[in-house]
Amino acid sequence: MNVPEELQYTRSHEWVRTEDDTATIGITDHAQDELGDVVFVELPEQDATFDAGDSFGTVESVKAVSDLYTPIGGEVVEINETLNDSPEKINEDPYGEGWIVKLRVSDEGSELLSASDYEQFVEEEG
Amino acid sequence: MSEGDLRRTPLYEEHKSLGARLVDFAGWEMPVQYEGIKAEHNAVRNHAGLFDVSHMGEVVFRGPDAEEAVQRLVTRDVTRQETGQAGYSAVCYEDGGTVDDVIVYRRPDDFLVVVNASNREKDLEHFRENTKDLDVEVADESDDWALLAVQGPEAAGILQDFTDADLSNLKPFRFVEGAIGGAKTSISRTGYTGEDGFELYLSPDDAPHLWRELLKAGATPAGLGARDTLRLEAGMCLYGNELDPETTPLEAGIDFAVHLDKEQEFIGQEALRREKEEGLGKKLVGFEVEGKGIARHDYPVRAGEENVGRVTSGTLSPTLGKAIGLALVSPGVEDRFEVLIRDRPVEAHAVQLPFYKREKK
Repeated sequence: MNVPEELQYTRSHEWVRTEDDTATIGITDHAQDELGDVVFVELPEQDATFDAGDSFGTVESVKAVSDLYTPIGGEVVEINETLNDSPEKINEDPYGEGWIVKLRVSDEGSELLSASDYEQFVEEEG
Repeated sequence: MSEGDLRRTPLYEEHKSLGARLVDFAGWEMPVQYEGIKAEHNAVRNHAGLFDVSHMGEVVFRGPDAEEAVQRLVTRDVTRQETGQAGYSAVCYEDGGTVDDVIVYRRPDDFLVVVNASNREKDLEHFRENTKDLDVEVADESDDWALLAVQGPEAAGILQDFTDADLSNLKPFRFVEGAIGGAKTSISRTGYTGEDGFELYLSPDDAPHLWRELLKAGATPAGLGARDTLRLEAGMCLYGNELDPETTPLEAGIDFAVHLDKEQEFIGQEALRREKEEGLGKKLVGFEVEGKGIARHDYPVRAGEENVGRVTSGTLSPTLGKAIGLALVSPGVEDRFEVLIRDRPVEAHAVQLPFYKREKK
């Protein structure tokens, strides 16, 4: 399981990379592995705003549908439109080309997990 | 049910060593995927896949009244089946609702009925309860058999190297007793994928060795995930989705397995005859989703503002690259309707089944 040290994590298996006032969100390597082949990503609208804890979209694999939750409140400044045509990027490169959305942070929300805390959480959950 | 209570097939250790993702399926710890559903699906469509379906139930009807018993229980006319012939059939309740869908094998001295794992206990009770007056033994031999399915255009080529039986002369829905890799096996040209292929019934003790040999010979291990996308593309019903006690085989569109003109009455025959005369309560349609999203089991189907049915199965078809599905809808529903995908209406249109049909050589 790949859990990059520099990212933060949620208990619903998203990762967050915060740079200045922008947060990039995707799903973790563990999450994509659990889902299997991702075949569809429902992305939010550009400019949509979300509160921390809101569902902002869904990821679907051949077998299952999984909601996406943002741990951070803010406005959507960019969506990864590549995923419309190539949802498999989420499987291939979950922390890179498989990113899902960028938010301008208005509410940092509740605490996020560090890489080691997330790893421990996954082990306990498993 | 806790994980410790799950049943395991004779191939459980093989699945573990291949790194399969194992899930609870009808009380069995079964592989849903190994490498990935899409890759396994494509391997079956283009080459050959190997499935462990040992969870399926095997029920044998023996004795002087075996034929009468089976004939009473299934919708197909088994008197038209020759020895060595397999037939897909439904089993119905008196009211026409579906108990199970099964494969009936006519063997020289008895009948083998292969049932869904999820229905094994229910079926046995139904079979025994309804044949009490007959001189027949209804034996549950499910634990005596492993069942492997080798499916795909290369299945026959791979398998032929392991057996003296002439597979080129074994027609679809025929079976033969033989040996595969030295192990006594019933070789059946049947499957649940829409491809050419074989189902192999053999002793649980012989199964792991044959499993490994078939993988070495080039078959790709495939899990229940791919099995589901393959059967859906082929327009085949899955019990619990398209078929259930509230749905008749006529409504589910498997009329070809229902012989209403059978001389010996089967359970549910009267109800099905009546339904055919008076019109179906609902009908099964295949559809493609036009907008964004994938239809899933139990999503509502709407026409105008009205609820007209529900999706029974849906997925993104790996072969077609489209979101496809089956739905049970009111008989009056036209070719265009909407599927409610998480409260969002998405356009869909009916298409002819099957979604995928292999090119026959």
